[in-house]
Amino acid sequence: MILGRIIGSVVSTIHHPIVDGRKLLLAERLDQNGLPTGGYVIAVDAIGAGHGETVLVLDEGSGARQILDDAAAPVRSIVVGIVDAVDLEAT
Amino acid sequence: MLLGRVIGTVVPAMLVDELSATPLLWVQPLDRDGEPEGEPLVCADGTRMAGPGQVIYWVASREAALALDPWFVPVDDAIVGLVDEVRVYSPKDLD
Repeated sequence: MILGRIIGSVVSTIHHPIVDGRKLLLAERLDQNGLPTGGYVIAVDAIGAGHGETVLVLDEGSGARQILDDAAAPVRSIVVGIVDAVDLEAT
Repeated sequence: MLLGRVIGTVVPAMLVDELSATPLLWVQPLDRDGEPEGEPLVCADGTRMAGPGQVIYWVASREAALALDPWFVPVDDAIVGLVDEVRVYSPKDLD
């Protein structure tokens, strides 16, 4: 899973039926300091995440299909959690 | 899943049987600002409605095979949907 921050959403009318009624979120990827890496991912929202929230994104297909309860869902990225805080231990 | 723009149509002269019913489009991946990023790739079109110039989102790896009808064909990248708009929230929306 990766840490991301919600920075936008994707509006799509024509899409695979699994996306019907679901929100597609634009999440920027975060580094260990909580800063954007420049990378991003478009993820299906499974938790109700909103703008500016730090989220946990599962970027793996079979886990995403398990959450969507559809063995044929062509979805790989899915927002599975909202993160309160990340503590970085000095090593 | 990532954003991309369709830049062309791929017309195959010969394909393995498993891919014979699969529309193939040439796609330039985009960054979050809509600028080209990385090298173009060939996507199977799961929507069967995308065309050159269209912004789309696509999925890689085995999930691509699930986007198509007939499904579970041997592809590694597929278009899942057409993008009408990418709304990037402004920081002041948070206030």
